[in-house]
Amino acid sequence: MTAYIAKRLLAAIPVLFGLTIIVFLIMAMIPGDPATAILGSYATPENVERLNRQLGLDKPLVQQYFIWLGNMLHGDFGRSYTLNRPVLDEVLERFSATLILAGTSLVLCSVLGLIAGVISAVRQFSWVDKIITFVVLIGISVPSFWLGLLLILVFAVDLRWFPASGMFAIYGGGDLPDLLHHLFLPALTLAVVATGVIARLTRTAMLEVLRQDYIRTARAKGVTENAVIYKHAFKAALVTVIPVIGIQAGFVLGGAVYIETVFQWPGIGSMLVKAISTRDLLLVQGGVLVVAAAYVLFNLAADVVQTILDPRLR
Amino acid sequence: MKRLLAAVITAASLAFASPSLAQTPPNVLVVGQIAEPKSLDPHAVTAVNDFRILMNIYDGLVRYKDGTLEVEPALAKSWTISDDGTVYTFKLRDGVKFHDGSPFNAEAVKFNFDRMLDENHPYHDTGPFPLSFFFSSVDTVTAVDDLTVEFKLKEPYAPFLSNLAYPTGLIVSPEAVKKYGSEFGRHPSGTGAYKFAEWEANSKVVVTRNDDYWDGAPSLEAVIYRPITDANTRIAEMLSGGLDIMVEVPPDSLQQFRTDANFTVYEQAGPHLWFLILNAKEGPFANKEIRQAANYAINKKALVDNILQGTAEVAAGPTPPAFAWAYDDKLQPYPYDPEKAKAMLKEAGYNGEPVTFYVTEGGSGMLDPIAMGTAIQADLQAVGMKVNIETYEWNTFLGKVNPGLEGKADMAEMAWMTNDPDTLPFLALRTGAWPDKGGFNSGYYSNPKVDKLLEEARRATDQSKRAELYKQMQEIVHDDAPWVFVANWKQNAVTKASVENFKLQPSFFLMLQKVAKPQ
Repeated sequence: MTAYIAKRLLAAIPVLFGLTIIVFLIMAMIPGDPATAILGSYATPENVERLNRQLGLDKPLVQQYFIWLGNMLHGDFGRSYTLNRPVLDEVLERFSATLILAGTSLVLCSVLGLIAGVISAVRQFSWVDKIITFVVLIGISVPSFWLGLLLILVFAVDLRWFPASGMFAIYGGGDLPDLLHHLFLPALTLAVVATGVIARLTRTAMLEVLRQDYIRTARAKGVTENAVIYKHAFKAALVTVIPVIGIQAGFVLGGAVYIETVFQWPGIGSMLVKAISTRDLLLVQGGVLVVAAAYVLFNLAADVVQTILDPRLR
Repeated sequence: MKRLLAAVITAASLAFASPSLAQTPPNVLVVGQIAEPKSLDPHAVTAVNDFRILMNIYDGLVRYKDGTLEVEPALAKSWTISDDGTVYTFKLRDGVKFHDGSPFNAEAVKFNFDRMLDENHPYHDTGPFPLSFFFSSVDTVTAVDDLTVEFKLKEPYAPFLSNLAYPTGLIVSPEAVKKYGSEFGRHPSGTGAYKFAEWEANSKVVVTRNDDYWDGAPSLEAVIYRPITDANTRIAEMLSGGLDIMVEVPPDSLQQFRTDANFTVYEQAGPHLWFLILNAKEGPFANKEIRQAANYAINKKALVDNILQGTAEVAAGPTPPAFAWAYDDKLQPYPYDPEKAKAMLKEAGYNGEPVTFYVTEGGSGMLDPIAMGTAIQADLQAVGMKVNIETYEWNTFLGKVNPGLEGKADMAEMAWMTNDPDTLPFLALRTGAWPDKGGFNSGYYSNPKVDKLLEEARRATDQSKRAELYKQMQEIVHDDAPWVFVANWKQNAVTKASVENFKLQPSFFLMLQKVAKPQ
């Protein structure tokens, strides 16, 4: 197992390396440059050239890349032009906020999705199944940024139960209850689509398993219905569902971009959006690298869990 | 089951309905900003969003008089200008201290400008200073004595005083710069009405009352600036009570706040101009009559009333009315007259040649550029001009427009906010400001009379003389129509009704020294 994990981690290195080149090239190819973005209306060719020189952007592209790579390997991700602070500080701070949001969402969608899926499958064609299926379909179809705005309108503006934006209260607060209070709406919004996907999939997987011969055998030899469902069927269905949860983890991270913007969550998604529009190359590089590394790790974790659950894969 | 559900909902509502959520504490003002500041070093930033904080932490030698764009003394008590307009001597206010306790004096002023302008200054590497060209006319700065400082200019430059009132002219503490180096922007120290207290990245910037402020301590204990980038979220936060003031309210929402007694809406016209650059070098707009026809063909009133929903006024010429002293109020906007436009096009021999129109998706001061571009296209098509729109993201757009429209387009949207009546025409209407000469005259307008008037106005140190020259310039430019003059934006803000003494300034800066919020 350790060897497998080590091999997968080693395989990720060229992927990440290639990614930095692609991001660098894309950022170089899209029109506009940081100096123009900073100077705005005052971007005369003369001013742009002077600022580029001060920012070290007047060197050839290849040289810029290798300077960046060399510094990065020494743990120096450079300094953001737009925020005037070290990229690594900003990226780590933002990424931990995203992890809190995406992590909570992932737990929320896994738990809700699995429960809904199992109930649906066990009570197939009952009214409970129909209601769940209906709600789940709506959840999958609703655009999450719109749902977020709607939730803000109802629960923050009208009812005032939850704050409309941010991660902590602006004065006082800063403790765990305060965080949870701020986390509830964005985490819920972010979880909705993934919950739907997981619920649908769990339902199908459970139905498939419940039709298998060994389930019939289990029932025939008198195992209680609860044991059949939760011990025999659910565990087998989980093998199909786990990799999907791994993929959903990626989607949740991606979806965080919108949700963070809507709820002003200080995460890496909203940071990347801003960094791209201001052509903040180093910040984009740092951010993308961290997100990609996390994506690789999540998929690896899902694979490992699956291997543990499914003896056939060992 | 139902009873259980009801109990859970009741419990949840009790748990979450914390009353503190609904209001901000008394004497603390929470301001909704549109973005995280880049830096609190006034010489390192360019965004109005950052200026809203900086103007309350720092002072300049001079400042804009309340409600105007005319300069008055601030850290300088008085000044004299040499007859040839090249030597400015300032007498400084005595006994002023920076927030870090170090004294404000002539050496401190010299340090500020040398840091920005002299590449060999030991602290020049704490930049870059993107707007330092505001002071590129400065040759030397000399501390004559402790409270007298002398600026020698390379050539007469009338906007100098007005540039000193701009955030790029704010005075920072040299001791703090020496202490923090390139991190100064996160540990700012000035002489202003509020002292910097805390900056929590992506969450808030807190400033507190400066009890020793030379111009009278503010009544507020603290101001908290919150960055909320999404406009809808900002509105939701304002409606739910998490903000005391928000700026740049989208037109759609302004009406909602107007009709709600819990809020007060403020509006103030500023030195902003939204216009269309016409390519006067080639294509149909090389003909003055066709340029004038475009001005007649576009229904500016409809743009301002319907698309911008009254958040702007129709512009008459190249100088915004906010520059009251330099504005020619005899100038009338081109009336909307499609029939006249059609006749003029026919007379000028317009042959139906299609024109390419650069439109941007957004950008500083651009208001609602796509909707406005589409309406303009329809107006021009109604008088028989075929208009092809090309839309670009803001940075890409600037990269296409600033180098000049030649060979690419016939017209382009543009907007400017400036602090002196000199800036926009000097940088965008002179022959010497064609893109290849390093200016912003992307439509290649050229009129020797305008060139001469602008050069003269820059050399004149007497304000009434300058005003006269600018007014002559406006009349000529209005007639030559190198641009379609479209709109002057009104800045807006919404406050809670409990906020007192709040006022918007034509400079678009947010001055909070006198604001109170007792409850």
